[in-house]
Amino acid sequence: MKIVGLSGSNVGSKTRTTMKYVSEKLTSQYPHVEWTFIDLADYSVQFSDGRNYLDYEGDTAYVTRTIMEADAIIIGTPIFQASIPATLKNVFDLLPINALQDKIVSFFVTAGTSKHFLIPETQLKPILSYMKAQTVSTYVFIQEKDFMNKEIINDDIIFRLDALVEDTVMLTDTYKRIREEKESMYDF
Amino acid sequence: MEQYRINKDNGLEFGLYTLGDHLPNPQTGQRIPAQQRIREIIELAKLAEEAGIDFFSVGESHQDYFATQAHTVVLSAVAQATEKIKISSSSTIISTLDPVRVYEDFATIDLISGGRAEIIAGRASRVGLFDLLGYDLSDYEALYEEKFDLLLKINENETVNWEGAFRPALKNARVLPRPLDGYLPIWRAVGGHAASAIKAGAAGVPMQIAMLAGPTQNFKETIGMYRDTARQYGHDPDQLPVATAGFFHVAETTQQAQREVYPHINEGMKLTNGAGFPKRGFAMGADRRNVLNVGSPQEVIEKILYQHEQFDHQRYIGQMDFGGVPFDQLMRNIEWIGKEVLPAIRKYTKKEADQ
Repeated sequence: MKIVGLSGSNVGSKTRTTMKYVSEKLTSQYPHVEWTFIDLADYSVQFSDGRNYLDYEGDTAYVTRTIMEADAIIIGTPIFQASIPATLKNVFDLLPINALQDKIVSFFVTAGTSKHFLIPETQLKPILSYMKAQTVSTYVFIQEKDFMNKEIINDDIIFRLDALVEDTVMLTDTYKRIREEKESMYDF
Repeated sequence: MEQYRINKDNGLEFGLYTLGDHLPNPQTGQRIPAQQRIREIIELAKLAEEAGIDFFSVGESHQDYFATQAHTVVLSAVAQATEKIKISSSSTIISTLDPVRVYEDFATIDLISGGRAEIIAGRASRVGLFDLLGYDLSDYEALYEEKFDLLLKINENETVNWEGAFRPALKNARVLPRPLDGYLPIWRAVGGHAASAIKAGAAGVPMQIAMLAGPTQNFKETIGMYRDTARQYGHDPDQLPVATAGFFHVAETTQQAQREVYPHINEGMKLTNGAGFPKRGFAMGADRRNVLNVGSPQEVIEKILYQHEQFDHQRYIGQMDFGGVPFDQLMRNIEWIGKEVLPAIRKYTKKEADQ
């Protein structure tokens, strides 16, 4: 099972810190998972110009192809200007319209204020639904006060992230079985 | 329609097209050599002609897993190897070619073939050729529109005066040779998107629309928009032929046809487009209301006739060699087409049948 962690911003540390925790949890508890972490801060991804994703080169090709080959994606994103960062939106724009079909997507959000709690519902989930992702319904919302010196200090967040990781793996396994069962019914 | 060498009274034309893909056979994992692939394409055209098929076309694609980048050269060989089948490109990427050169090539093929050549000009669904041939992708739309216009102008006038942004100006330039009848049928390739169909209608040129799968009704709407736009811009839609293109495969039963071709289409799509063909979508393709022409001869005949009823189009072309389909299977398909599909389609779409 291939799971990609996608950190959606090219600035800041909260999303990266959280993804580091998710990464350790996932790799230590689920050795069968092939985990790849893409922090968009580490890559120079060009703006989408509408071409097929296979026609890009360099970092853009790496990021898009890695996502397309994944069975599941865990997205971590900050909230900027009451929405997802442009860097993350650009990744969606680079992919084909049905790119997330048959993929499980879960996510956590880091934000400066609790007033942005519903931003993922209105800004991120519609994109994921449009691109046909199977989303893990519960996401984790993390605020400034939950961090100290680049560590998560709120136990509630830790427990919720653990559950997010478990749900992601469980749903990926389950969905794969459902698909296999369904596809075995076809005569071709 | 005469200028496009289409006689409506003869009913729906039936053709084959190949994109010239050079993909591994998913059953064996092996690719045949490029030389064999090209020779088989020429052979396929000969067999198509023998079976009575009306039309054969070869596409141009500059990327991995394709073998007919020089599609005019292949078409030239097809012209020599055949006697009466119409031959064309599907499509020629006019955006990154010089329309003068394209016209010279196709006029020559027209002379070699005795007046059987056509051009179907597209704007590239994949864009690797922009770098390869030295074009800027940000000019994608402008390149296509300008060069397609120039191509039409050359078709209308032996001596051309023209100025544009992407090619040196032409001053009293004579474009030679001229095709046999002085005129080539030139079609606009439309990738199924309504915006492109609308542009074809506005320009008043014949449209070939790709439709791989999905409800017939959706494509009916797009074709309707094409004809409406043509009318708005002062063209007579009754004089503008429409062709549809999509996957084709027949076998003894629909189940067998699906089994035979699905792995080729699925694996081929993965390699060339990055995503396979979902099984559920493919299974829905068996429904009469879906444009995918895969099934038993009888079911495919009924679907093509249903599509004809909906679209009132003049030509259907099928793609049956995508994804490394072995040649003996292509030959079997041609046999079915000659024996079962063509007679039925002609019987029910020819004008006399209505009277």
